[in-house]
Amino acid sequence: MRRSMLFIPGNTPNLLMNGDVLGADSIILDLEDAVSPAEKDSARILVRNALKSLHYKGCEIIIRINPVETDYWTHDLDEIIPLKPNMIMPPKVSCAQDVKTVSEYITKLEEKCGFEKNTVKLIPLIETAMGVENAFQIASADERVAALFLGGEDLTADLRCKRTKEGNEIFYARTRLVCAARACGVDVYDTPFTDVDDIDGLYADARFAKSLGFSGKASISPRHVEGINEVFSPTQAEIDYAHEVMETIRIAKEQGKGVVSLRGKMIDAPIVERARQVIEMEKAMFGEVEDDE
Amino acid sequence: MSKLVASIKEAIEKCGLQDGMTISFHHHMRNGDYVLNMVLEQIAQMGYKNLTVNASSVFDVHEPIIGHIKNGVVTGIECNYMGAKVGKAISEGIMDKPVIFRSHGGRASDMEKGTSKIDIAFIAAPTSDDMGNCTGKFGKSACGSIGYAFADAMNAKKVVVITDNLVEYPLVDFSIPEVYVDYVVAVDQIGDPAGIVSGTTKITRDPVGLKMASYAAKVIDASGLLKDGFSFQTGAGGATLATAKYVKEMMLEKGIHGSYGMGGITGYMVDMLEEGCFKALLDVQCFDLKAVESIRSNPKHMEVSATQYAGVSGKSAGVDNLDVVLLGATQVDLDFNVNVHTDSNGYIMGGSGGHCDTAAGAKLAIIIAPLTRARLPLVVDRCLCISTPGKTVDVVVTQRGIAVNTAGGKNQELKQKLIDAKLPVVEIADLKRMAEELAGVPKPVQMGEKVVAKVIYRDGTLLDEIHSVK
Amino acid sequence: MNIKTNAVAGTLESSDVYVKVEPSDKLEISIESVVYNQFAQEIEKSIREVVDELGVTSGKISVNDKGAIDCVIKARVETAIKRAGGEQ
Repeated sequence: MRRSMLFIPGNTPNLLMNGDVLGADSIILDLEDAVSPAEKDSARILVRNALKSLHYKGCEIIIRINPVETDYWTHDLDEIIPLKPNMIMPPKVSCAQDVKTVSEYITKLEEKCGFEKNTVKLIPLIETAMGVENAFQIASADERVAALFLGGEDLTADLRCKRTKEGNEIFYARTRLVCAARACGVDVYDTPFTDVDDIDGLYADARFAKSLGFSGKASISPRHVEGINEVFSPTQAEIDYAHEVMETIRIAKEQGKGVVSLRGKMIDAPIVERARQVIEMEKAMFGEVEDDE
Repeated sequence: MSKLVASIKEAIEKCGLQDGMTISFHHHMRNGDYVLNMVLEQIAQMGYKNLTVNASSVFDVHEPIIGHIKNGVVTGIECNYMGAKVGKAISEGIMDKPVIFRSHGGRASDMEKGTSKIDIAFIAAPTSDDMGNCTGKFGKSACGSIGYAFADAMNAKKVVVITDNLVEYPLVDFSIPEVYVDYVVAVDQIGDPAGIVSGTTKITRDPVGLKMASYAAKVIDASGLLKDGFSFQTGAGGATLATAKYVKEMMLEKGIHGSYGMGGITGYMVDMLEEGCFKALLDVQCFDLKAVESIRSNPKHMEVSATQYAGVSGKSAGVDNLDVVLLGATQVDLDFNVNVHTDSNGYIMGGSGGHCDTAAGAKLAIIIAPLTRARLPLVVDRCLCISTPGKTVDVVVTQRGIAVNTAGGKNQELKQKLIDAKLPVVEIADLKRMAEELAGVPKPVQMGEKVVAKVIYRDGTLLDEIHSVK
Repeated sequence: MNIKTNAVAGTLESSDVYVKVEPSDKLEISIESVVYNQFAQEIEKSIREVVDELGVTSGKISVNDKGAIDCVIKARVETAIKRAGGEQ
């Protein structure tokens, strides 16, 4: 279950120590924008050590490396891949080749470490006009790609428009990414809401992203995590309905019925699939609590 | 008739100060206070020795007292709180007699019971008339409530009001009445406004602090105490203030009308009053300008004495009806005893204030603190000093888990409620273990032989002793 | 790896450590820490582990520790030594 992804600056010990208590399903340890060029080495070593000795219980680990056009990204991967993070987030991905370049390098490191191939997944950060137009090619470029992530800030700079709270300027990019990701069967994550203090605005923005089909949303502030989790969690009514659907098809199977309906509506494959996903999320949400005890 | 005298020197002479006497001060001027230093400087010049200073709090601004200790002018200190600068000197053993620490309630009650005798009380008053009717609500050095000074005024043998805003008799809306006051002195400045109250008290932006605050708010919610008639106290610390914010949001959302907010008051509690979360504020001290403005203008924002706030000598006190209090800690031990007097190296850098009073009175006393601070665990086997007995503490909230004190079979129901609310309930020993897994096991600190301070509980009994540092 | 030049790493923020390394004929370690009483030995052990791992035999390593945990101390010392060895 990945509803919320929280950015943690890679060179800040106190936040690295506490990254797993902030409620996010995934934390993105950032070696890119949150780290100045003079501290790239320092952050890389610190994040590597943190992964080595901290537990990050109940929390997926994503590392945002530096872009492929810099000299840093291979060094980043050299240090990080041996620690087997869940995912790598390459930024400024504009075409399928960017993904392949990173993936090939990871493959070599995985072989060296004796990991099974494709152990480490990729979540390309799409934040250029070219990237948006190539979204489908990027999502389908490599088996490692498990999700797409839209970065609204850099994108609007590239589009030469102003980033607003309403987000009309990124509407096309949002729907384009959702469509591309879903066409390839991967998840898709929305850009952070950047006004830390506007919690109502965060809810509205997250609800809108959910309505477009996003799987979840990233955040630059821990204060937004709870809202994002809430918006992207199934409601109790959805959970109850999902159980009802599963129970109905179970009984139908026992009775040898082919076609069944619930409350006058035929239960077809997509409804069952949706119910299955909701129950999976329900399990993940309860599992989270059990982990803490 | 007028009680006005020309100078502090004249007031001291007229009061008949003698070597060996006890003089008292209150701390509403906080780290901006000039009065304690001014009076001690005068006393030192006049050649007095062997005095005991009973100040409700000693702040860093009072650092010159170290010189007076070295010169034998001051040989005893009694207070409820001591800042790190003077605390360090005391911990290093510069004074022969141990410091006597009390709580805010205990100090007032011990004066009223006669176990703590004051010869001369010096009251820093932001506004006074020439007969000694005085208040903290007005004047250029306005500090709001002067609740801690009531006991001094009512129980000292002689009372001197020192003001920098002398007004014509009678002062309208006085706090302390003339009946207790012997002399009034006008000076240029009783304090530095910048140190008296902060401009605004800000909520923490630290993600870990916010996480703890969110847990604490959920504990309050799950406890069942958050309903109409709710009473609440919180300090001015970043995380406790953030908890208050979450509590306010819950109260507004659920339409809960509370009874009273109490303690040292911040603008945040004022907001809660104004938005209908409380019927009244009981204010013993103001922390910021907004609180000062409010106590001056809003009749529902009431000044209370330390006795009414937290004492045991009255027939009842505000703390007795308190539902929830949020408190800090430098150390908590496995029996839930709390240390707020010393740092982890044993240096004095704080004091009870109202900590043990409110913990004793409140139905739910919540300690809120990070699991580790600079590698040192919050939870230890044994506190370096017991400031608040564990039996009065109910819950410890950290960012990695919440421990409920179920010793003696209490709080079982509360613990189940927190588990049902899916909060991360752990045992207190788990908090110690988690901290040590993360940060390592600290080597125990060895303290010296000399007793440098005694901690007196609110009922007058000895709670603990603080030893010198090695 | 040798310490060829002066280099620093880390910060003086809480939970971090500021590390300074300088060339020297022998290996010298000096520790200043807000948790010296509780963790001086652990801090020295962390530093020595990194020094050994990187094969440093001489140099002056001074740390000003603000309560950093083991993995942070090791990261900062490693960074400072690598910077002093001409590696980025």
